Amino acid sequence: MATTTNTADTVVAEDGVRRRDFIEIAAVATAGVGGIFTLIPLVSQMAPSKDVLAESSTELDISSLEPGQSIKAMFRKQPVFVRNLTQAEIDAANAVDVGELRDAESLADRTIEGHENILVVMGVCTHLGCVPLGAAQGEIKGEFGGYFCPCHGSHYDTAARIRKGPAPSNLEVPEYSITDGTLLIG
Amino acid sequence: MSFPWAKQYEPTNPFMKYLDEKLPLPRFVYNAVGAGYPVPRNLSYMWNFGVLAGFCLVLQIVTGVVLAMHYAANDAIAFDSVEHIMRDVNWGWLMRYAHANGASFFFIVIYLHIFRGFYYSSYKAPREMIWLIGVVIFLLMMATAFMGYVLPWGQMSFWGAKVITGLFGAIPLVGESIQIWLLGGYAPDNAALNRFFSLHFLLPFVIAGVVILHIWALHLPGSSNPTGVEVKSESDTLPFHPYYTAKDGLGLAVFLILYAAFVFFMPNALGHPDNYIPANPLSTPALIVPEWYFYPFYAILRAFTFDFLLPAKLWGVLAMFAAILVWFFLPWLDKSPVRSGRYRPLFRKFFWILMLDMAALFYLGGAHAEEPYIMLSQIATAYYFLHFLVILPIISSIEKPEPLPFSITEAVLGPDEKKAQGDSAGTAA
Repeated sequence: MATTTNTADTVVAEDGVRRRDFIEIAAVATAGVGGIFTLIPLVSQMAPSKDVLAESSTELDISSLEPGQSIKAMFRKQPVFVRNLTQAEIDAANAVDVGELRDAESLADRTIEGHENILVVMGVCTHLGCVPLGAAQGEIKGEFGGYFCPCHGSHYDTAARIRKGPAPSNLEVPEYSITDGTLLIG
Repeated sequence: MSFPWAKQYEPTNPFMKYLDEKLPLPRFVYNAVGAGYPVPRNLSYMWNFGVLAGFCLVLQIVTGVVLAMHYAANDAIAFDSVEHIMRDVNWGWLMRYAHANGASFFFIVIYLHIFRGFYYSSYKAPREMIWLIGVVIFLLMMATAFMGYVLPWGQMSFWGAKVITGLFGAIPLVGESIQIWLLGGYAPDNAALNRFFSLHFLLPFVIAGVVILHIWALHLPGSSNPTGVEVKSESDTLPFHPYYTAKDGLGLAVFLILYAAFVFFMPNALGHPDNYIPANPLSTPALIVPEWYFYPFYAILRAFTFDFLLPAKLWGVLAMFAAILVWFFLPWLDKSPVRSGRYRPLFRKFFWILMLDMAALFYLGGAHAEEPYIMLSQIATAYYFLHFLVILPIISSIEKPEPLPFSITEAVLGPDEKKAQGDSAGTAA
């Protein structure tokens, strides 16, 4: 064949790259890049769908929530605790030296201005994700009068800050706002 | 087996050498679709469709697994879950359209693959087993496609399931019991939908397994070619890679352009609008037809409108299955020693008449069940069986084939000895 064909594949440029080498690499690279782009839909389809994202905020009426009362609600398919703190609980939380805490936050840091008595936290232990006790009446509130996680014994205080046990940080405060007795989380 | 001149896999990288000793998977791939598989040098683009069919199978499995992540096989929510895929799931519309049109394109590719086999008599010895396994794959594909079409649980899904399982009701004595057993109820409902989903997920992997047998059986005699003359020497072949990977790559690119045109610009052109109406057991759509790829067999089913010894319904069902089962007997119905239609003038004419007949059946299967379509279906069905059972055996005994080339090389380069010597002569000179 070599004797009868004197075509592009026998023409070698000075740098040793044949025309065919270039075509080969260009063709395979084009197909390869195109193939990589098909991964975008294949990966993205597993991310939360639009209906899941549409459920990403929760609205609650808290106008009739008396001091000492709590609401357990759902936010993004997870429990959220809303508590109207009693004056005793606020005082207990403010009495703590913030600098000595594992996760240094004051009650004021964890509430919004004008509504320091309304504590909104995710009911998800920061250790391994169990739901702590203490929101409903009669549940164990732990050594610090806030929340207690029964899975691995994490104690949270009245401001839901970690005080004892394996959890690394305070119960998470989601983004929220309060307008005319209506709480909007998310 | 391979030809003695097949290139051997010789890894240079130490890791690949190690792997080759412990698990020679790269060697296996090299011998199957790499430089280690010598292929006739004269394959036309009609030989692209095996690789394209393999691509379609992978495409259907990938998009299908994705859809199964979001679909719910429950008659109360199946239809809504498909709309959920279309509207809410990220890229869900693409996955569903790619899967639905993927099925149609899979069948386009498979039909061309089968018709290639008809024309070039790819079913003849020593390749009968490849052909038989191929017909099994086609039957599995039909079952898979049918059950997949039921899953969206629209009107066509529901009535398709009802009609197709109704075919089993034609079996004498036990038919109705079988139909009820298949459906798990008296009409398609949640039980049927759930088992169809389960089987629709399973069968593609069964197909993949049978495809491996198909390719295994192919690699014993090696690929056929447009002349039908067997490979005689090294000059008749080229290594699969890079020659046919490149040729198949071009075919794949053309295929993808056509496929993308449907997926992105007319995704519902091959479907039925009625399937966007939720399943309703109280109302049958005016025109109840299967997907287009079943039309020829549906036309054959409907062609039997008269009782003759057996009830018409049973004749229709038997004929429909026989229309595919007759392919199993092709290697023994066509006794001509010449394979390729290229050298069989009489066979070639009747091949094209069969193609016209198939085209007619394709058209008639999608038409309303009324005159003149019923009569035309009857004629087309009669000719279909006449071709395979009468015309083909007669042709193979009376036909005088045209002279065959001595070898593939001669067919490509002409009877020049020096050229025909191929590579070895070339390098010597």
